[in-house]
Amino acid sequence: MYRYDEFDADFVRDRVARFRSQVDRRISGALTEDEFKPLRLQNGVYLQLHAYMLRVAVPYGTLNSAQMRQLAMIAERWDKGYGHFTTRQNIQFNWPTLKDIPDILDALADVGMHCIQTSGNCIRNITADHFAGAADDEIDDPRPTAELLRQWSTDHPEFAYLPRKFKIAITGSPNDRAVTKAHDIGLRMVRNDAGEPGYEVIVGGGLGRTPMVGKVIRDFLPKGHLLPYVEAILRVYNLLGRRDNKYKARIKILVHEAGLEDIRAQVEADFAHQMAAEGGPMVAPDADEVARIAGYFTPPAWDDLPEEDAGYMAARAADPVFRAWTDVNLAAHRRPGYAIATISLKPIGAAPGDASAEQMRVIADLAETYGHDEIRVSHEQNVVLPHVRKRDLPAVHRRLREAGLATANVGLISDIIACPGMDYCALATARSIPIAQDIAQHFSDPDYARTIGEMKIKISGCINACGHHHVAHIGILGLDRAGRENYQITLGGDHTETLAIGERAGPGFDADQVVPAIERLVDAYLALRDGPEETFLMALRRLGIAPFKVALYKDGEHDRAA
Amino acid sequence: MAKPFRPKIVSANDLLSGDVVYLDRAGTWTRRLDAAAVAETPGAAEDLLAVAATQPDQVVGPYLADVARPHAGSPPLPTHLRERIRDRGPSTRPDLGRQADLADDPGSLFAGDGI
Ligand code: SF4
Repeated sequence: MYRYDEFDADFVRDRVARFRSQVDRRISGALTEDEFKPLRLQNGVYLQLHAYMLRVAVPYGTLNSAQMRQLAMIAERWDKGYGHFTTRQNIQFNWPTLKDIPDILDALADVGMHCIQTSGNCIRNITADHFAGAADDEIDDPRPTAELLRQWSTDHPEFAYLPRKFKIAITGSPNDRAVTKAHDIGLRMVRNDAGEPGYEVIVGGGLGRTPMVGKVIRDFLPKGHLLPYVEAILRVYNLLGRRDNKYKARIKILVHEAGLEDIRAQVEADFAHQMAAEGGPMVAPDADEVARIAGYFTPPAWDDLPEEDAGYMAARAADPVFRAWTDVNLAAHRRPGYAIATISLKPIGAAPGDASAEQMRVIADLAETYGHDEIRVSHEQNVVLPHVRKRDLPAVHRRLREAGLATANVGLISDIIACPGMDYCALATARSIPIAQDIAQHFSDPDYARTIGEMKIKISGCINACGHHHVAHIGILGLDRAGRENYQITLGGDHTETLAIGERAGPGFDADQVVPAIERLVDAYLALRDGPEETFLMALRRLGIAPFKVALYKDGEHDRAA
Repeated sequence: MAKPFRPKIVSANDLLSGDVVYLDRAGTWTRRLDAAAVAETPGAAEDLLAVAATQPDQVVGPYLADVARPHAGSPPLPTHLRERIRDRGPSTRPDLGRQADLADDPGSLFAGDGI
């Protein structure tokens, strides 16, 4: 993985020192809160319901064991013993005190981490496929591109005060696990007819109060042209994006209002202007730099192994619990004899995405011992060991079980995305976590969950949609109705390459009516599906939303006043 | 018709710790909601906020929150779930927040019905 050079390290240390002085001045009264707030936000420090919250950037969701251990240390020393992994592949600490935060930032810098650009109207942490460099369906590894974008976007002087925040996601696989069509810019690595690598560039996607599917602005962008092209998009957005209305300030609104053709023409004009500059575009990296970055992402020293391992097969045959975990939590690795193992951070009844310091250490140990020292955070709030020899899987599973991390539910109904909601978040209109916990408890029988099959439930505690509810098979949005939590259900969303925004089913439900509502939907699906191969989403697409709405609202079992 | 005035308290977060705090009758900050000064009129609420505004380096973001008083003079209770959660801690983690130190019935400190 990428390691900071001296420039990166000095930059981060300098920012910590500056922030330390800003905190001192705030505490002494030399800075007012109005003056201090933008400074703390630039360093990832929010104020939530109970305390400050520190959002740590995990670039494209990639961590090594030393970094994970440092996060565990921070959780124990300065927080309350746990952290929360988010849909942005980041981690948040919920309880730091203001005066400790500079020390936390120094501890992060010790392992090449920081909180810069995790807030504010700037280019945020670049997200990527969490199976990058390991997936067997990958065309190209997206991480060198993500790293190039990280370096380009960090402290970019022109784009520090955009109309609104800006999120870029990238996938190197045709099976999109990075939700690229729901980002301000989505990049899909493709090859043209001549077999040359490049990107399909998608613009103007997003969730939040106005969900939109991103549109293809360029079918094929040669790899070397990426930075000038992305720079052109940002420049057009920076110039034309609305600054008069926060709710209309994202690039999705600009693309929607101006029209894709208009935006494309302006982007292409700026791009052409850059390309015509003497000596080429200023932001295009030279080949040496591209090669230097790529060098950090060469595959680990994999062993030459047969595809199947006798010990692994024997363990599968002997232990049904292990077998269930391997059936559900593993994904195909590009290398024979290896697997991608997803560690579910959704134990039944726990808060989705939370991990204790002790669990973080177990994950770090496993990555170091069995996983080429690589860890990924997925936008689905799980953690991934991308390169595990199949023969090591029984030992990995044993250790995970001891740590309460071996839940076999990845992709199933209890693998729920849930934002922090009103249990933590100052913007929330309702709680998310208890709803996720109730649903997971209700569907805790692993055999039943597997009978239901692939199911994506995602919950947001307000219209900002951090829980990605719009792109869930069953989306749940928590609202406040006259001081009471009320949950709106959307159906038929899809977060993959066939991205779709779910359709609102009808009136919302009281908190205690959400589980029965989900149960009615599941019952309807099981009754209506063609067979186990037809997933909930497939059945919904075949049949339309109508029969599911009938099931959902049969007997008037919703809150009629909604 | 104008909505009837609901009693109010001033809440904020402590600058250093981020803890939830309330303005008390002495004009200082307490972590106990039941010790918060209660404004029974719009004018009194304005006055409380004005007191809070004189202490910008102790707390962040003071604001007025609705409370209920089941009996005249009894300690204020939050009326909205958000304030209840701020007062007690995350509803999913009874081991965290002020609720971890409270022995009383979890239902007894809330006047709303959203939970
Ligand atoms: S969706 Fe709303 S409640 Fe949930 S984390 Fe985002 S802002 Fe907070």
